Amino acid sequence: MTYFGYVKNDFKFKHIVNYVIVGAALILFTVLQLVGAIPRSTSYLLTQISYSIILSVSLNLVVGFLGELSLGHAGFMCAGAYIGCYFGGILSEYIGSKLLVLIISMLIGGIVAAVFGLIVGLPALRLKGDYLAIVTLAFGEIVRNLCKNVPWFGKSLGLSTKTYGVKLFIVGFAVILIMLILLQNLIRSKHGRAITAIRDNEIAARAMGINVTYYKLFVFVFSAFFAGVAGVLYGNYATPVLYSFFSYNYSIEILVMVVLGGMGNITGSIISATLITIANFILTTKLSGDLAAIKNLVYALILMVVVIFNNAPALQSFKEKFSFAALNDRLMEKKRAKNPEKFAADIRNDSAQWSRIPTKISMDEILSTDVVSNEGIRDEGDKPSAK
Amino acid sequence: MSTIIDGLSLGSIYALIALGYTMVYGIAKMLNFAHGDIIMIGAYALFTMMNLTGSPIVAIITAIVVCTLLGIVIEKVAYKPLRGASPLAVLITAIGVSYLLQSVAQIIYGAKARPVTLFSLGTVKFGEVTLSLSALVTLIVCAVIMVGLTLFVKCTKIGRAMVAVSEDKAAAQLMGVNVNNIISITFAIGSCLAAFAAVFYLLQISATSPTLGSMPGIKAFTAAVIGGIGSIPGAMIGGILLGLIEKLCQSVTALSPYTTAIEFGILILILLVKPTGLLGRKRREKV
Repeated sequence: MTYFGYVKNDFKFKHIVNYVIVGAALILFTVLQLVGAIPRSTSYLLTQISYSIILSVSLNLVVGFLGELSLGHAGFMCAGAYIGCYFGGILSEYIGSKLLVLIISMLIGGIVAAVFGLIVGLPALRLKGDYLAIVTLAFGEIVRNLCKNVPWFGKSLGLSTKTYGVKLFIVGFAVILIMLILLQNLIRSKHGRAITAIRDNEIAARAMGINVTYYKLFVFVFSAFFAGVAGVLYGNYATPVLYSFFSYNYSIEILVMVVLGGMGNITGSIISATLITIANFILTTKLSGDLAAIKNLVYALILMVVVIFNNAPALQSFKEKFSFAALNDRLMEKKRAKNPEKFAADIRNDSAQWSRIPTKISMDEILSTDVVSNEGIRDEGDKPSAK
Repeated sequence: MSTIIDGLSLGSIYALIALGYTMVYGIAKMLNFAHGDIIMIGAYALFTMMNLTGSPIVAIITAIVVCTLLGIVIEKVAYKPLRGASPLAVLITAIGVSYLLQSVAQIIYGAKARPVTLFSLGTVKFGEVTLSLSALVTLIVCAVIMVGLTLFVKCTKIGRAMVAVSEDKAAAQLMGVNVNNIISITFAIGSCLAAFAAVFYLLQISATSPTLGSMPGIKAFTAAVIGGIGSIPGAMIGGILLGLIEKLCQSVTALSPYTTAIEFGILILILLVKPTGLLGRKRREKV
């Protein structure tokens, strides 16, 4: 089968759908904005959505694909926002074009955040799981503490920035598109498979000759870069940039977006970031004072219910019957029964496709002498249907 | 001198909280992120009972009961279904619980800080230095609790069962230890320590707010990690070290704004040099 045939088969849709969603939104809202049909508040909401999507998708790379919990994403954003906007303020005196200043400051913010990502990535090489989570959290607090006290950044008053205006979301959506192109191609490449291999079993990945050090640092740097860019977007939207915004609660809000959308699912992150931002936008205007905490209550419940539902060993059999994936499988099964020859050919052709290769095989299963269980894994890609 | 005593007493509060973290981590192999928020709930229990009855003893007993029950309930509802699931899932659930407790407290009591005065202790003079009595009381009571806890773990049947469960769950079960009960008891003890921490913390800051627990919680966790999580003496050493560092930094004017950064910086440095903390044991990972 040719390369194009392989691409045409079935995950192509999954792959392209993100570009379609974001591209359509970009074109639609840009046209509407130029016509003047978008009210000011909606364009601000779109800006918020754009930086939330960048944050959640980039965090998903660390949490969903690399499998390390980072609680310092707001810290990267904070570094990017303060430093990018600070230099943006200086540059705007020399460069007339606002767009150019924005782009340069986004690059600066991203690079600074990426350097911080490298610094956090270093402990990530020696630490795992809970320890790493606490180090990223500590790191976020350090950045916030420094930004609060460094004299150039306005101390407790915050850094006052020049806002870009109502067209900022167009830039935001363009950044999302660029990020998606980079990220999706990364994940589908050999490097992406190495990253998911590290997630599934680090020791096995190392034994296969994957350079774990390199990939871990790479993921942290990549993810931090885009968090920094999102920070600059935020800084051009809100003035003053205030350290209290980037607290550990905000990191958790981003984590909620990732978990709700599904870890390792980019479309899910985009959708959940959009929904949560819209919900936030509506709720903050409706709920005032202490009732605003209801919003957090709902987040907490969503987080717990989704995680327990997805991970509790006791609920696995229930989930296997009723999750979307299971329903989809059953549907495919029916289709296959109708036209067995066609599907047999299809499956043979894309048996090399990574999404079909079961990645969640426990090490015991691989090492076990139990031939039957090994057979089951091998057969999945070969036979048209198990039954 | 008074800085050092203040540091020691703050440090012993951190050590108390860190003990809660470290015991739960040692036995359930999970990070109970909600621990700091159990302290906050304890503080609100103190606040409510002080307003209702005015008697500090009743308030303290209520706080201990509330925290202990809360710890058991959280374990049963949120963590038990996830036993055997991936650590990441458990960690995220724990963060969810912490968030939940904070928002519930904010909905009920509001985001404003509420003043609580349990009892006021004066100061004592030793020659030249004036020491606050509450710092001394904190220090002494915490020391007693820590010694008691160490003896409990070493000498009682339940304590030995705890050690057994933390060493090897399956083997402990085969030896007739009821692992589920032991985990519940551990959560109960940890939360009970959180109630004590709430009392002493309120003696120092005398006001409670929904985010009261989150910062000391994170710092105490830092302390537990510095000392080597899972090790009881490690938690004490880490807590006291962190308390001393914090008070010493605050007493130097040039450094005081950067206290948080310095504390967390030290955590990162220690973890880089010794990934399992000062007294932590290294576990070799097997395939």
